[in-house]
Amino acid sequence: MSIAVETIVAAWRPEYEVPVSDVGTIADVARPLSRFERLTQNSLFRRGMVLVVLAVIWEAYATYLDNELLFPRFSDTMVALWTQSWHGPLLSRTLFSLELLAVGYSIGIALAGILVVISVSTKVGDDVLSALTSMFNPLPAIALLPLALLWFGLGVQSIIFVVIHSVLWAVALNTHVGFKSVSQTLKMAGQNFGLRGLGYIGGILLPAAFPSILGGLKIGWAFAWRTLIAAELVFGATSRQGGLGWFIFENRNSLETSNVFAGLFTVIIIGLLVESVVFRAIELRTIYRWGMQH
Amino acid sequence: MTVAVLPRVADSVPLPSGEQVQAAPLLSVRGVTLQYKTRDQLVTATYRVSFNVYEGDRFVLLGPSGCGKSSLLKAVGGFIEPVEGRLELAGKPIRKPGPDRMMVFQEFDQLLPWKTVRQNVTYPMQVSGRFDKAKIAVQVERLLEATNLTRFADAYPHMLSGGMKQRVAIARAMAMEPAMLLMDEPFAALDALTRRSMQAELLSLWEQTRFTMLFVTHSITEALIVGTRILLLSPHPGQVRAEIDASDVDLGSMGSDRFSALNDRISQLLFNSAADLS
Repeated sequence: MSIAVETIVAAWRPEYEVPVSDVGTIADVARPLSRFERLTQNSLFRRGMVLVVLAVIWEAYATYLDNELLFPRFSDTMVALWTQSWHGPLLSRTLFSLELLAVGYSIGIALAGILVVISVSTKVGDDVLSALTSMFNPLPAIALLPLALLWFGLGVQSIIFVVIHSVLWAVALNTHVGFKSVSQTLKMAGQNFGLRGLGYIGGILLPAAFPSILGGLKIGWAFAWRTLIAAELVFGATSRQGGLGWFIFENRNSLETSNVFAGLFTVIIIGLLVESVVFRAIELRTIYRWGMQH
Repeated sequence: MTVAVLPRVADSVPLPSGEQVQAAPLLSVRGVTLQYKTRDQLVTATYRVSFNVYEGDRFVLLGPSGCGKSSLLKAVGGFIEPVEGRLELAGKPIRKPGPDRMMVFQEFDQLLPWKTVRQNVTYPMQVSGRFDKAKIAVQVERLLEATNLTRFADAYPHMLSGGMKQRVAIARAMAMEPAMLLMDEPFAALDALTRRSMQAELLSLWEQTRFTMLFVTHSITEALIVGTRILLLSPHPGQVRAEIDASDVDLGSMGSDRFSALNDRISQLLFNSAADLS
């Protein structure tokens, strides 16, 4: 009986072996995307389209409002941006601001680096950094400006001081957290290679924590840029020198609203450029290439 | 000081069954007790474990989870300090991690994700300062070739499969020409098919250079395939149960009488000691 059933099954479902055939072009599924497909894949292009739409809405609303003193049109702002850049002080003011920012940002990062190196080398350093970051990170840098004015007087030093404060804690906190979350296996591998001290920090901890560090650098940059403009606005009334913040303040005083908008526009543009060109380029070359972030 | 209380196991350790009798073991582990702290208790991982590894051995530490085999390997690696006993490599006490004992971990994230396959193999050689530039280049290419990685030399680790990552880790470790290769369940996270081919590859690499390796596993089959000598450990805390010669079985003899006899004997030893405790 069972033999009969087996024969029937074998007849229905015979065993077989087949050599693997060459599938040729059908299996070659990779095909270059068309130009339009590639364009819609590009986030820079998509974001650019959003900006274009926003500009159109702005222009339409301002034309409808028709009040140049309160809300100038997009086109007026663009004209102001052009003339203030090439025939006015906007460009030099912007460069002045960026210079302050670069100085404050670099010093802030350097200090953060020193703090974190100390904190990973000793237990006490770790406690000190944790206490410092949790104390100072929530303190808005601009709140320190009055103190900075008292200590350093009216001038570049006071602004740099508050910029450093705004960068330092964000970068230190993120780097510290990043170092702590490096996987145990990776740490052991590094020690296994014979890496010690600074070689170990630079060779293993720093690159392994890079996604977190880059996050800290981005936050630090955003804090610093805001703080700088805000500090310049306060300074604007009292200092001879000035940056972009002062440009905005000055033009508001003389009711040149389209220039105020041009100033604000410059603040935004620089913010966008740094975020989506500079940091984006760094991300693509590092954490995306390394598969540490998708 | 602690040495005095230890039993003199050295005399009772059987000699390796090879043709020539080596004078001194490469690695000597004497009465090693390991403990580690968890949040609220002190756990004893191994209790007075002793064994000798000789040059060219494929020495396997085998036991169920909780027998402290990984802790033992980490102690040999220099990551854990024993609370009692001595660990000596070529007569020198082991104090800290070093490139003379290259470790291959179970976890896939042991590779540096910011370096390509080639750079991953090259980096420890550069760091150690033991090799000159020309030697590094030649050695790296030779090992990439030996581990079938040449085609993927410029890929980053995240593009590789688990088996490939472990291959890179093995290539990286072997490139350093360590006195001893420490392998902490390197194939445990791989699928069964990949594991089998990795075992075969490891054995053929061993045939080429006859390196000494200390291999941790919880699989009896893997221990029999990979090892020439097997140290059985009983759990909670880890203690030596037996040391078995398995130099006459490998991948080719799977399913043979000798293989299954050894398999049965080992299971008996492991499960009996578990029964003793309960």
